[in-house]
Amino acid sequence: MSTGTGTFQGGVHPYDGKDLTKDTPCLAVLPKGEVVFPMAQQHLGAPSRPVVAVGDKVLVGQRIGEASGFISAHICSSVSGTVKAIEPRLTPSSAMVESVVIENDGQYTPAPGVGEKRDYTQMSKEEIREAIKNAGVVGMGGAGFPTHVKLTPKDDNAIEYIIANCAECEPYLTSDYRMMLEEPDRLVGGLKVIVSLFPNARGLIAIEDNKPEAIALLQEKVKGEEKLEVRVLKTKYPQGSERQIIYACTGRKINSSMLPADAGCIVDNCDTVIAVYRAVCESTPLMRRVVTVTGDAVNKPRNLIVKTGTLYSELLEYVDGFKCQPEKVLSGGPMMGVAQTSLDVPVTKISSALLCMEKDPVAQCESTHYIRCGRCVAACPSRLVPQKMYECSTRGDLEGFQKLNGMECFECGACTYVCPAKLRLTQAFKQSRQAVQAARRKAQAEAQAARAKAEAEEKAKAEAASKPAAEAEKKEGGEKA
Amino acid sequence: MSQRFHVSTSPHVLSKDTTHSLMLDVILALLPATVFGVYRFGWYAGVLVIVSIATCVAAEYIWEKAMKKPLTLNDYSAVLTGLLLGLNLPVSVPIWLPIIGGAFAIIVVKQLYGGLGQNFMNPALAARCFLLLAFAGLMNDFSVDGVSSATPLAALKAGESANLLDMFFGLTPGVIGETSAALLLAGGLFLLVRKVISWEIPVIYIGTVAVFVLLFGGHGADFYYVACEICGGGLMLGAFFMATDYVTSPITFKGRVVYAVLIGVLTGVFRVFGNMAEGVSFAIIIGNILVPLIEKATLPKAFGREGK
Repeated sequence: MSTGTGTFQGGVHPYDGKDLTKDTPCLAVLPKGEVVFPMAQQHLGAPSRPVVAVGDKVLVGQRIGEASGFISAHICSSVSGTVKAIEPRLTPSSAMVESVVIENDGQYTPAPGVGEKRDYTQMSKEEIREAIKNAGVVGMGGAGFPTHVKLTPKDDNAIEYIIANCAECEPYLTSDYRMMLEEPDRLVGGLKVIVSLFPNARGLIAIEDNKPEAIALLQEKVKGEEKLEVRVLKTKYPQGSERQIIYACTGRKINSSMLPADAGCIVDNCDTVIAVYRAVCESTPLMRRVVTVTGDAVNKPRNLIVKTGTLYSELLEYVDGFKCQPEKVLSGGPMMGVAQTSLDVPVTKISSALLCMEKDPVAQCESTHYIRCGRCVAACPSRLVPQKMYECSTRGDLEGFQKLNGMECFECGACTYVCPAKLRLTQAFKQSRQAVQAARRKAQAEAQAARAKAEAEEKAKAEAASKPAAEAEKKEGGEKA
Repeated sequence: MSQRFHVSTSPHVLSKDTTHSLMLDVILALLPATVFGVYRFGWYAGVLVIVSIATCVAAEYIWEKAMKKPLTLNDYSAVLTGLLLGLNLPVSVPIWLPIIGGAFAIIVVKQLYGGLGQNFMNPALAARCFLLLAFAGLMNDFSVDGVSSATPLAALKAGESANLLDMFFGLTPGVIGETSAALLLAGGLFLLVRKVISWEIPVIYIGTVAVFVLLFGGHGADFYYVACEICGGGLMLGAFFMATDYVTSPITFKGRVVYAVLIGVLTGVFRVFGNMAEGVSFAIIIGNILVPLIEKATLPKAFGREGK
């Protein structure tokens, strides 16, 4: 049996801002102008390859981008219309990415088969996984890991827990919460679909205890479901981090070099589970996203159900626009979200929020030298020592950084949040981690090149050695003849 | 729409606590004991404290100006150092003593090692120890208005008795800020409630001293004696305000426990076996010096990497 305590060591309690939006039902909105589908930066792994050409007519749910590797995902159009361009466009991750731009005809004509009801109990495991893959489902918690890959571990029998990550620990975000209240049957249904793939698995719906209504509703919904249960977790950031939620639910620990499956677990975000249900039971690809449009700079914060590809700038109309000019606009929440330079970027599969802040708290803070107060140590969910890592980072000591297990950092930002010296710890760690990863890749490539060279040399040597022998043999043979 | 947005890496929210707000909290927590010290020992005590603070602030300013380093007066750490040093002086010392002490604290102990966050000894305590050794006569003169008197712990050590209630409320001889255990405790509780300090160091430090004097003090299970040892000799001031100094105490939980036990034992040793009645300052300074080693030995194991 699992021995999770519902919590983990460390973590922080920032102002959660969820009251702004949590009690307002979601509003479904349609895009007005062109719709933009980046072929990368909305899933982890290899970019998708466009399978349409400029001028092509596309239908709702039609595949426009195809997975181009084992870890990659398909991308489907959320509108019907004409492909206007295939060109680099700015994405919420602040990168220019090859994108398929579609002129929306406003008809929303579905592609054949989309929306057809299916009974998953009549489908084979392969069919279920294929349906999830075809629907382009990826982890919607933020990382965008392709879900069909996650649901295909080495050994199905070794999976004991499917955790529906409904923690939603990131401040301001309430999109998962609204989905729990508004689509609980799809959530439970999706979890049942996933659990059905693994003979020894139980499904856990893990929710933080600041969402009592969702807990009560889902407890009601899983009544009588032998393999499902609701797990109540302590409200704390970053409770929804994969490693932390596995520990909170099961007492098992994984590190950065392990997969959840190594601990017998698979973790899928709340909306991802719903997307699985839609993909398998309703033949609907992932082409909508619930976005929390919020912050003190918008008039009527609320959750919107948005077609992927819609530009962020269009969403403002549905929250009655800006109350004031925001200093900072984020895609995502305040702890891990990405600051935007422009609102003319599309909603992607991994967009969770548009947070508009009147003031930028970071700009108002002056850093001092660290005072070794140790708050970062107490806050770190990975049990690291950020103050010492920061020393290594600032003097470029990547070896020391790795010795302090800096690569276990997942950049949650808890240390930076609590730091009284207002040091940009996470930023320093991000840079160090990227540098280490780059060095590792380089070393790997060099090793590979060296191996290839050595092999080639050996081969040449062997050939050179065998040549005279062969010649001699030939000669011998010739003589004999 | 022509808009310019701020761009920075996550996180985009920060807690309200800042270096200077924490320092201010500590200064605030020391005020009751400071005011009481001035009330008890007269206006000259106030002058000593102010001179000490002014010296520290001036020393920091002059040093940073001279070295062309950014000015850091607004973090209030120099003010706190000056206040702590002032509170650690007996009222009978001449006015130039806090000037020497303050300059030593800021320039030798703090700035020479790189300034805030880099010093390995608490500047106020190191300065006090320096003054104790250099000006032993002045620093051990607890006479008030020419009437000489022994501190309660010195009296205890000499085989006399001490009045616990007087010690608790601060009616005994001693340095300016250490006499009132009650007000120091109140300030310490304020810091605990505000989460400026964590409980490990003060609680374990005081607990260790209590156990040590109980076992080795030679008074048997005399709890009156143990209570006197706890309330006297600057233990409250040391435990809540100096041993907890961020810069010179371990940053890990386990490290703090080890450090607190260590300085508790050292304080006990100095008091029971040494010829010192107080011993808090030297115990903490030795503890400070061992912090890097304690930290090295108590680094937490990373999540999921406990086995390695």
